[in-house]
Amino acid sequence: MGDNVRVENVEQAKQNQEYAQALADLLFQLADDDFILAYRGSEWLGLAPHIEEDVAFSSMSQDMMGHAVMHYQMLEDLGLGKADDLAQLREAGAFRNAILVERKNGAGEYNDNPHYDWAYAIVRSYVYGLYKQVRLESLLQSSYAPLALISRKMLTEHRYHLMHWQVWLKQLANSTKEARQKLETGIARVWEDAGELSSLGQNADNIVRFGLIAGEELLRQRWLANTKDIFQKAGLSWPGEPGVPTERGRLGEHTADLGQALATLSEVYRLDPVAKW
Amino acid sequence: MTNDKTTQQESQEAICLEMLQDVKDPEIPVISMVEMGMIHKVRVESGVVEVEVLPTFVGCPALDIMKKNISEKLIEVEGISDVQVRFVYDPAWTSDRIALDARDKLKSFGIAPPPLDFKPGDSWDVSCPYCDSVYTQLENLFGPAACRSILYCRHCKNPFEALKPIY
Repeated sequence: MGDNVRVENVEQAKQNQEYAQALADLLFQLADDDFILAYRGSEWLGLAPHIEEDVAFSSMSQDMMGHAVMHYQMLEDLGLGKADDLAQLREAGAFRNAILVERKNGAGEYNDNPHYDWAYAIVRSYVYGLYKQVRLESLLQSSYAPLALISRKMLTEHRYHLMHWQVWLKQLANSTKEARQKLETGIARVWEDAGELSSLGQNADNIVRFGLIAGEELLRQRWLANTKDIFQKAGLSWPGEPGVPTERGRLGEHTADLGQALATLSEVYRLDPVAKW
Repeated sequence: MTNDKTTQQESQEAICLEMLQDVKDPEIPVISMVEMGMIHKVRVESGVVEVEVLPTFVGCPALDIMKKNISEKLIEVEGISDVQVRFVYDPAWTSDRIALDARDKLKSFGIAPPPLDFKPGDSWDVSCPYCDSVYTQLENLFGPAACRSILYCRHCKNPFEALKPIY
């Protein structure tokens, strides 16, 4: 298999081991990014600035969790284990999400004096969302037909997430001095990690060669061009090239924050993984 | 093209489809899943009915309930021994799939129907389902279900919901 390959279903994908491996590697990135950021989003429940935001943030987290489920299901179809187990029983080192999505929401713990950073939540969700948009658009042309189909569906939902975060960004950018200051601090923090988003990990060459998604550089350019345009329109100064974190999440290196997230979200599941819910 | 279906199969499929009119969208009980445009295919083969369903939202938590409700309904049909429900994404569900006459039912339930033939970049203007006024405002893009938003009518002073355009 090489260029112009088209794989209609999982049986065909499994016929070429290299293809199946590249597909699985990409799916773990897609699934883990959405899953972990949805978890961080769910940790805002009851803490968001107002009740409408609680509803909105939960709704978006639910959508993202739903997207992750679809990708975990595709991995299950490839024979890599049960979707629920993939989400809840893997150790941190097996996760391939970018570091940006695993960072804690701020100081404190959800159940213990949370002092979460709302400006960081806005910028992180929006910047990630803008990258996800570019990624989904590229996946419409993916050689793996089931992935192209589901990406089309996800785009119809995702556009509402972008609309939502756009409103927050614009309003905070043009609000009080304090709001603007917090937003700029949020941007600076997100920018320390954001450069890793477009990484396709260790198997990037095969992922691209098999036509699963466009190359890292192309994805990165499209994403940064869109983001720059949005920052400009909101009157925000462009922070320049985004940095990359010390740990490389796409290679399975993670901060302690991911361990904390996994321990919390899988606590009940791990009590009895065969229980029926 | 030859049609290999027996008349018995065809009549069973028609009965199943008719029965599905009674399976409501769990989050909008005035509308059936057929009217929502979510039932893509109903096929009967040797007593096994296979139903293809188009989810409105990927992560909709009502999907499992719908699956169960469909199974419970169709297993009642004479000659049906098993019901298989599959969620499919081709074609993708869009809000234009909602049956035209179901749009009034949505209004009667206090939900503004989605705009027809919505295109990227179109502005989403929503009329109040109670008084038809266009003097409405969006309170929250997200509502009690993934597919709905919350609005307020400044004319009749009622809060209401609207189905998001999905296109």
